[in-house]
Amino acid sequence: MPAVKANSNTQTSDDPAPSTPLIEFSKEQDLSAYQTMLTIRRFEEKAGQMYGMGLIGGFCHLYIGQEAVVVGMQMALKEGDQVITGYRDHGHMIACGLDPKGVMAELTGRAHGLSKGKGGSMHMFSKEKGFYGGHGIVGAQVPLGTGLAFANRYRGNDNVTLAYFGDGAANQGQVYESFNMAELWKLPVIYVIENNRYAMGTSSTRSSAETNLSRRGLSFKIPGEQVDGMDVRAVKAAGDKAVAWCRAGKGPYILEMLTYRYRGHSMSDPAKYRTREEVDKVRSAHDPIDMVRQRILEKKFAKEEDLKKIDASVRDLVNEAAEFATHDPEPDVLELFTDIYR
Amino acid sequence: MPTNILMPALSPTMEKGNLAKWLKKEGDAIKSGDIIAEIETDKATMEVEASDEGTLGKILIAEGTQDVAVNTPIAVILNDGEDASSIKAGEPAASQKAAESAPPAAAKAEAPAPKEEKSAPAPQAPATPVAADPDIPEGTEMVTMTMREALRDAMAEEMRRDGDVFVMGEEVAEYQGAYKVTQGLLQEFGDKRVIDTPITEHGFAGLGTGAALAGLKPIVEFMTFNFAMQAIDQIINSAAKTLYMSGGQMGCSIVFRGPNGAASRVAAQHSQDYASWYSNIPGLRVISPSTAADAKGLLKAAIRDPNPVIFLENEMLYGHSGQVPKLDDFVLPIGKAKIARAGKDVTIISWSNGMNYALKAADELAKDGIEAEVIDLRTLKPMDTDTIIASVKKTGRAVTVEEGWAQSGVGAEIAMRIMEHAFDYLDAPVARITGKEVPMPYAANLEKLALPSVAEVVEAAKAVCYR
Ligand SMILES: Cc1ncc(C[n+]2csc(CCOP(=O)(O)OP(=O)(O)O)c2C)c(N)n1
Ligand SMILES: [Mg+2]
Repeated sequence: MPAVKANSNTQTSDDPAPSTPLIEFSKEQDLSAYQTMLTIRRFEEKAGQMYGMGLIGGFCHLYIGQEAVVVGMQMALKEGDQVITGYRDHGHMIACGLDPKGVMAELTGRAHGLSKGKGGSMHMFSKEKGFYGGHGIVGAQVPLGTGLAFANRYRGNDNVTLAYFGDGAANQGQVYESFNMAELWKLPVIYVIENNRYAMGTSSTRSSAETNLSRRGLSFKIPGEQVDGMDVRAVKAAGDKAVAWCRAGKGPYILEMLTYRYRGHSMSDPAKYRTREEVDKVRSAHDPIDMVRQRILEKKFAKEEDLKKIDASVRDLVNEAAEFATHDPEPDVLELFTDIYR
Repeated sequence: MPTNILMPALSPTMEKGNLAKWLKKEGDAIKSGDIIAEIETDKATMEVEASDEGTLGKILIAEGTQDVAVNTPIAVILNDGEDASSIKAGEPAASQKAAESAPPAAAKAEAPAPKEEKSAPAPQAPATPVAADPDIPEGTEMVTMTMREALRDAMAEEMRRDGDVFVMGEEVAEYQGAYKVTQGLLQEFGDKRVIDTPITEHGFAGLGTGAALAGLKPIVEFMTFNFAMQAIDQIINSAAKTLYMSGGQMGCSIVFRGPNGAASRVAAQHSQDYASWYSNIPGLRVISPSTAADAKGLLKAAIRDPNPVIFLENEMLYGHSGQVPKLDDFVLPIGKAKIARAGKDVTIISWSNGMNYALKAADELAKDGIEAEVIDLRTLKPMDTDTIIASVKKTGRAVTVEEGWAQSGVGAEIAMRIMEHAFDYLDAPVARITGKEVPMPYAANLEKLALPSVAEVVEAAKAVCYR
């Protein structure tokens, strides 16, 4: 079962999930998607190294393999829209346009991290960029995201909220309480389920009675569809459609992104629940970044040297962030008692 | 005997009302269900129905009377064959509501019922004696094992002994436990008894409780107790309270276990200590061991206990090794503290990872000639007050150590018990060392400051010794 193909085997033929046709990207779109995805990948690789060096502690969940999801979805948003997700959040922040320095310095727990070093990898926020976290409790972001959408509705603006969560999180009860309210009150929220096929060591087939997660909203009358989450164009197209639905006041929408995480769940995952071949197969045949790179070359949007220049600039950006995060001082001890109340 | 009709309460909060109107007059025959009067409160007007048959013998409260207290007799109903002369002035008629006049079940027979309506003192919870630790026979082989292994062995032994015991939780089976505590259990007991759940804490805590109400004995593992906050309603409202609510018919033998408190750098949402939360709840037992042997003996006791037990482990201790007696059935008593180190100058009371600070502090103090007695509570509820008090009577000084927050913490409870039972023996106010009252920060330097330290314990112990 390749991660990149919609698994129609769990779907009944009389009620297929609607699917959105691909839209070809312009040169600018392809190049920009390539650059952002690559930034996320290099950033995460660096974070993994820094964890190994003891510069990052606690839990650290890498987003490698899933880059096309956030990048494609972000391309469908406009100013004022909000994003909320779980603890696997570094990629979301970079896609939201946050400076990698602030993200990396938070990972190292330093004074100029996005949360002054107090939140760490799992708990980061940016009011300015409409990024509402960064949540460590599986599923908690779903009602919170629904509430952000409630606020948009309340204020009468046409902004939408993306609430990201995993295939494992999709089994939490509060997800369904949220679904019901969102449809009942027609809230402009897109539930982006990042189905990377595993919740820690549990494959979705071992945890979910219905593994086609796009159907999880059916009994609440929420439309849903499965999307090839490894193809940034497919993500963007589905995102556009869902965003238009929400902005038009039609209520929530579910996008199940079929994707894959290359690394372990967190840094301490022995990964015995899947084979090396399974990982390699996705990596070699469906890598989201390789696919864009190839397309760019085929369509002659850029030459090999141009891409190499992008690669080099991305590496510089990430190295600068790592450098910054390594030398930034620890937070002042007086910060222990700040930000508890305001 | 004539029956009194009492002023009814029309809502849980009503204390008095007005008797607006009598719809029956003295001498009228009354059937159960007849409307006999109208009562007014500030919220509504309600009708009073008779629940007895007979004749309205006497109206005691006239129509139009204001502010009649709930439970005041308002009329007397005569049974067949009785007449108004049987209503003797001053003699209370039998109350219509049986509950009002029934003596409290716990009241002693010899205690005379007070004549006037004075509130009787509430009965005290009976003290249940707790057995001492079993003697370990001379020559028993001691095995070195980690707390992780001790916990696993405890579960395995109880599962072999009782087919109703099963384990469920996230990643407990195929992954062998997120912290490897359930290692090997799937292989030995199979997937009927070692069950991987979806990430649905509230659901599986409730499901486990339901299975326990039906007589099974679940061990529910929370990957950490932080995630049990999703499930706390089922733990408290269902598991802890059902025995009482069902008048003793239906209890549940269930263990909720997993790591509690701070690990290392996992920040605010993954670092909370729930010791004081659960030890606030009647109906729960709360255990939190610090050594491998105690972990084994107490987990076995918890699995056998007929009540819901919260078993708070600690990730930092899983890898610690200790000596565990090699006995066929090593079970420790729930509710018994242990003197981990004897001393005469100051009592330091802690449990779980707090024992690390306490014992290291005792070493430091010894260098300065202060002999600290260190008590490992092991069980937080029921708390072994006797052991604490006996020690404090000897030392006259006490310091509590916990990683949780100060307000309404376990240390606050210990200090209160010492005040209640050993105030006259104290030579200094009780001191407490706790985690700082902040969400756990991620940054390494701040996390260190947020947690208790050995230095703080030493300082507090010296302070209560006036040194
Ligand atoms: C309420 C709660 N339960 C358990 C955990 C531990 N935990 C962290 S991530 C995770 C797996 C989640 O998997 P999924 O939702 O598929 O997201 P992914 O990690 O694959 O991105 C678990 C069980 C938690 N953080 N919160
Ligand atoms: Mg997943």
